[in-house]
Amino acid sequence: MASISRPHPALVVGKYLAVAFYVAFALFPLYWLFKIALTPDALIYTDGTALWPSALTLENFRSVIFASDFLDYFRNSVIVSLSTAAATSLIAAAAGYAFSRFVFRGKRWVVALMLLTQMFPLLMIIAPIYKIVAAVGLLNSLWSLIIVYTAFNIPFATFLMQSFFDGIPKDLEEAAMMDGCTRFQALRKVILPLTLPGLAATLGFVFTAAWSELLFALMLVSKTDAMTFPVGLLTFVSKFSVDWGQMMAAGVLALIPSCLFFLFIQRYLVQGLTSGAVKG
Amino acid sequence: MAELELRDVRKSYGRIDVLHDIDLKIEDGEFVVLVGPSGCGKSTLLRMIAGLEPISGGDFLIGGKQMNDVPPRDRDIAMVFQSYALYPHMAVDRNMGFSMEIRRKPAAERKGPVTRAARTLGLEPYLDRFPKALSGGQRQRVAMGRAIVRDPKAFLFDEPLSNLDAALRVEMRLEIARLHQRLGTTMVYVTHDQVEAMTLADRIVVLNAGEIQQIGTPLELYEAPANRFVAQFIGSPTMNVLELPPEGGLKLDSGARIAGTGGARHLGMRPEHLRIVPAGQGDITVEAQVIERLGSDTNIYTEAAHLGPLLVRAHGNVDLRSGERCGLIFDREKLHLFDQEGARITPNAAAPVQG
Repeated sequence: MASISRPHPALVVGKYLAVAFYVAFALFPLYWLFKIALTPDALIYTDGTALWPSALTLENFRSVIFASDFLDYFRNSVIVSLSTAAATSLIAAAAGYAFSRFVFRGKRWVVALMLLTQMFPLLMIIAPIYKIVAAVGLLNSLWSLIIVYTAFNIPFATFLMQSFFDGIPKDLEEAAMMDGCTRFQALRKVILPLTLPGLAATLGFVFTAAWSELLFALMLVSKTDAMTFPVGLLTFVSKFSVDWGQMMAAGVLALIPSCLFFLFIQRYLVQGLTSGAVKG
Repeated sequence: MAELELRDVRKSYGRIDVLHDIDLKIEDGEFVVLVGPSGCGKSTLLRMIAGLEPISGGDFLIGGKQMNDVPPRDRDIAMVFQSYALYPHMAVDRNMGFSMEIRRKPAAERKGPVTRAARTLGLEPYLDRFPKALSGGQRQRVAMGRAIVRDPKAFLFDEPLSNLDAALRVEMRLEIARLHQRLGTTMVYVTHDQVEAMTLADRIVVLNAGEIQQIGTPLELYEAPANRFVAQFIGSPTMNVLELPPEGGLKLDSGARIAGTGGARHLGMRPEHLRIVPAGQGDITVEAQVIERLGSDTNIYTEAAHLGPLLVRAHGNVDLRSGERCGLIFDREKLHLFDQEGARITPNAAAPVQG
């Protein structure tokens, strides 16, 4: 029995080695980002591929924060990402609930249409989108990005939310309605609290998608005061040189909101709230 | 409390009729069990009474008031679901008091009914637990408690015991029976388990393929089933049904015949109404094939030449081995005859005819 419950030590070591290798592989680019950000500009090329910089400096961070428009980009990105995440999640939750619970005419067509929108490469539609946005006079505004991002994220977010609603037994709503709820009350008091993990996942997904989006931001915004952070990063690339140190420092700063956001929603993400609802 | 009345109720999904011609009056305080094989429409019927499923045609009344289009929340009916459907994010006490919370009763007033129901069901130690920390039987009790707290006009049960193991099922069955005795409230109970139906019901409604086959007390259904379906559905083990030869009826060893009077095509006899006797001394001779000894009873699966398999249930132990031949005596009073369509022929005209 002991031999079954305790695997061979070599296997254990092998397992941890494999995990360690994967973690190192996944995190190495992140480490490199930090390393370059902290290396003084003069040493970037002389240090080359040495794993540890020969000197450390916070100069890059200082100049990014105080000597560039980075804070503006940052603010724009936060506004765009939060608005997109909120608007998309709200619409996707409503649509996902409808898809999950109601039978209505044309449901299959709507689903098919939403799937269809996911099949085009973005490059194909970027010109028409530009035309439309220009025609309604929204070029160079954060609104254009919020609207476009929301539109593009809704289909996937809807399917995501639908699968979360599908995971909540219909019996719960019916029990609530027998207990005296209207359908809306049942949704608010019983279903919504149970969908929080799903809502958090959707918010997180849409937030990161909007936060790191480059293509539309690049096309629709050309003025500094409406630039988002990924476009702003490109300003560190000039015609004759790339300011690696400042670019990486900006990249490190850009990680902060994403990390904070996930820290905030992770307690909803990990909960398996529906367990114990029905037979288990 | 109130009586429930279904008049010519119909349910269809698109062009498919799942229930038709449902006429049923459930008296105040009565315990009615809807029973039938899966897909017969019994749960749909219950959901229509609850208001969770729209009624396609006919009338449904509670206490004489038309209820067809009244939403579930205004019907004053409580329901216990097969899955229990406890709210997983609420502790037991809040689960049970949720109906009052929705009706905006202050917390202090909610406490009394919840505590009383918890005491009745032995749930007092668990009031602050969440559903996931409860066993199946406890969850079942909470679901019942949630219904009791409402003090509704009627209770609906949708196969409430089917997720429990056998021992717990018997225990909860008894509990439901006690609950009905104490509360005296109208109860409608759906199950596919005929033992639950027989033990709990004042009256049983047997459904098949969307139609009511028979309504009656458990013993009425057992003793005078309206047709072959009810005859074979009610009673355990299942009633034996033999085909009657159209010419001259069923020939017995004595030379006598059980004739197909009045267009009888099938002869039904319950396993407990057959008696084992030594070979050659019975109405017919059979070969015992499989013998199940249950202690209190013995089930003997026999095969009769030309007639096919016959199951016999004998009291106590029977001294018989598989492969042995023996005789069977039919209890003449308890034979059932069914016609071509499966309807039972009354009065019982199965007395053997000399031939």
